[in-house]
Amino acid sequence: MHRTGELYGQFQTLEQQKESSTLGMWIFLVTEVLFFGGMFLTYTINRHQYFTAFGIGSNTLDIKLGTINTGVLILSSLTMAMAVWSAQVGKKGLVTGFLIATLALGTVFLGIKVVEYKQKFDHHLIPGHGFDVWYQVDNTKPETEMGKKLLDDEREELHKATLTDPDIQSHAQLYFSLYFAMTGLHALHMIVGAGLLIWLIKLSMRGRFTPQYNTPVEIVGLYWHFVDIVWIYLFPLLYLIDRHR
Amino acid sequence: MSTAPLVPEHELPDTHYLNATYGSGRSIRAWLLTTDHKRIALLYLASVTVFFFIGGIFATMIRIHLLTPGGALVSPETYNKLFTMHGVAMIFFFLIPSIPAILGNFLIPIMIGAKDLAFPKINLLSWYIYLIGGCFVLYSFGTGGLDTGWTFYTPLSSIYSNSAVTPAVIGIFINGFSSILTGLNFIVTIHTMRAPGMTWFRLPLFVWAHYATSLVMILGTPVVAITLLLAGLERMFHLGFFNPSMGGDPILFQHLFWFYSHPAVYIMILPAMGVVSEIIPTFARKPIFGYSFIAASSIAIAVIGFFVWAHHMFVTGESTYAALAFSFLSYLVAIPSAIKVFNWTATLYKGSISWDPPMIYALGFIGLFTIGGLTGLSLACLGLDIHVHDTYFVVAHFHYIMVGGAVMGYVGGLHFWWPKITGRLYPKALSRFAAIVLFIGFNLTFFPQFILGYLGMPRRYHSYPPEFQVLNVLSTAGASILAVGYLLPMLYLFWSMRYGKVAGPNPWPATGLEWKTDSPPPTENFHVTPVVDWEPYDYRNRPDLGLAAGGPLAPAHGDD
Repeated sequence: MHRTGELYGQFQTLEQQKESSTLGMWIFLVTEVLFFGGMFLTYTINRHQYFTAFGIGSNTLDIKLGTINTGVLILSSLTMAMAVWSAQVGKKGLVTGFLIATLALGTVFLGIKVVEYKQKFDHHLIPGHGFDVWYQVDNTKPETEMGKKLLDDEREELHKATLTDPDIQSHAQLYFSLYFAMTGLHALHMIVGAGLLIWLIKLSMRGRFTPQYNTPVEIVGLYWHFVDIVWIYLFPLLYLIDRHR
Repeated sequence: MSTAPLVPEHELPDTHYLNATYGSGRSIRAWLLTTDHKRIALLYLASVTVFFFIGGIFATMIRIHLLTPGGALVSPETYNKLFTMHGVAMIFFFLIPSIPAILGNFLIPIMIGAKDLAFPKINLLSWYIYLIGGCFVLYSFGTGGLDTGWTFYTPLSSIYSNSAVTPAVIGIFINGFSSILTGLNFIVTIHTMRAPGMTWFRLPLFVWAHYATSLVMILGTPVVAITLLLAGLERMFHLGFFNPSMGGDPILFQHLFWFYSHPAVYIMILPAMGVVSEIIPTFARKPIFGYSFIAASSIAIAVIGFFVWAHHMFVTGESTYAALAFSFLSYLVAIPSAIKVFNWTATLYKGSISWDPPMIYALGFIGLFTIGGLTGLSLACLGLDIHVHDTYFVVAHFHYIMVGGAVMGYVGGLHFWWPKITGRLYPKALSRFAAIVLFIGFNLTFFPQFILGYLGMPRRYHSYPPEFQVLNVLSTAGASILAVGYLLPMLYLFWSMRYGKVAGPNPWPATGLEWKTDSPPPTENFHVTPVVDWEPYDYRNRPDLGLAAGGPLAPAHGDD
């Protein structure tokens, strides 16, 4: 189909084109909800069944990094929303700026995620033959009294958990199976989002987005917000369970 | 025909979508990079036919093997692979894309008066995704095949099977996105691309059926995608979601799998119902009876279809109360299905029926679908299901729906719209003969399987007690007749592309918008954007069709 200006040949008007693109992205997001939904269901059923093991798993996560990442993502949603707004009011320079900021924040999130994943490898928390929830307690040499006390508390918790759930080594692996599948798939969506942002930044630097034509910014924005919302669910479900002690 | 032709001889239009130049001309490249929904439909036609052949070869080998009680052809292990690969090829790569991606792709934009689908590039992308998924699955077939059954039940698929499960799972996962994108494209197109005057209740029922199908595609497919992904990750990285030795739940896999794979049956049958809803009024020369009921029943089937999945799991030890609820809900699906059958029959009543080839397929569909549907009710019944579960009764039931229903609808639809797609007619007498061969071959293949199942022959076994041999031989004999029924249309349809008589814009004649444009249509579908000011299937008020009012109706233009 031939294109005249911003209007693709299969459409009659720009409004029809915009309506189609927006509806298409919303429908895509519906499929994404069901895609993640299968994993959230698996999580819910397993956590209900093996709460002790999930609590142990959750306590190994680095809550500081998780919180920082949550903040980073919320901030990136703000900059994305600002990019959409700038495009709608025709501030071309701001569009590029906010898109670059969003991309930068997304990259920070992924970087922190890499650090967290590496920790899990170091701590023998990857499901498989080397998996051992005791590894961290048994192989850390505390340097301060405070550190020793924390380690003793942790050992105590693990003993208690093993009494409630003798097969905790297996069940904790279920937690980490879900942790890696869910955060991994989320990270994959972030990478796709980053690719889309790079595409938008290129278009934006050529000054393509105007108050009349800014649908790409808007629908990538929808996608970006959706990926953020997934994390808003993942964070409490993975990091914040059984933290009361 | 002894009477003089009422319609003058036709000529092909000078330029149409098949010979138009697209940028770089008529080369292979212009086909592989096309964004024209009509060309993409033909790309799908070619690739889907390849998978139909592959699945068909496996089916042939299964039937030959079962000629003797001990198994005539292959080892038990190979037999497991044959029925698995037959199922995978036929379900994921033939039945699911067949009508939507070929006929739906070709017709939906024309039927609603649009120039193309809303997202032509995504349409092409979905074909490439299909091809990539297909390559993974072919790689799995070529490197030893897989033996898990098409259902990939864990922990067999995730831990114990020693066959090439991983590439097949990856292939089906990838292919799922092709289906999702097709459904997304259809829904958006139907919402935003309708021509002036084409209101929702003037949409052809084929479009309503595809709208319902697309709903199932976008809501169900992501769930099977994530399920197979989790099973694949479990196999590759020893994760534990469905692994009982780690506390995972294999029954959860079945729930998630059937949450898609039961509605997937409606992805196969709803478009076929749409085809039949177009063919019946055309060859009864009557407005369809109960338009709004047929339209609404498509949506009802899609919606209720999402709440019946656990009837595949009555023997897994699920709660009796859950089983009761799922049994009841499964019965509910029969209501919209029966509404359709009754409305088609009411349309035939006092119609002026002509026995053109598409009509024979449509009538065949109604009969076979009814048998398949009624035996489905027997299976939804808790007590009876436990008796015939995993027997040939189930095999016969779903082949009546999928082959007797979906494939009859697909082949019938190809015959109905072939003159539109290629601009040419096929030999009518031969195609009538082929339709009847298909019908006889089908019944001879699968009716004995109902009896076999009722007598207790389990499915997926490579051998059987000698007393079942007669019925098995009958079934194999039927399968060879069925094969002729499929090969004949393939031959004469291919032949007609070059040598068939030129059809003209509206050979049957039918009322839809697609028959108002050239055959084959121009790239932009219509020379002028059409304005719709008539009701659907309104044979009484369409003087342009050349049908004599009140009196005997004009014969369809044909070569006999």
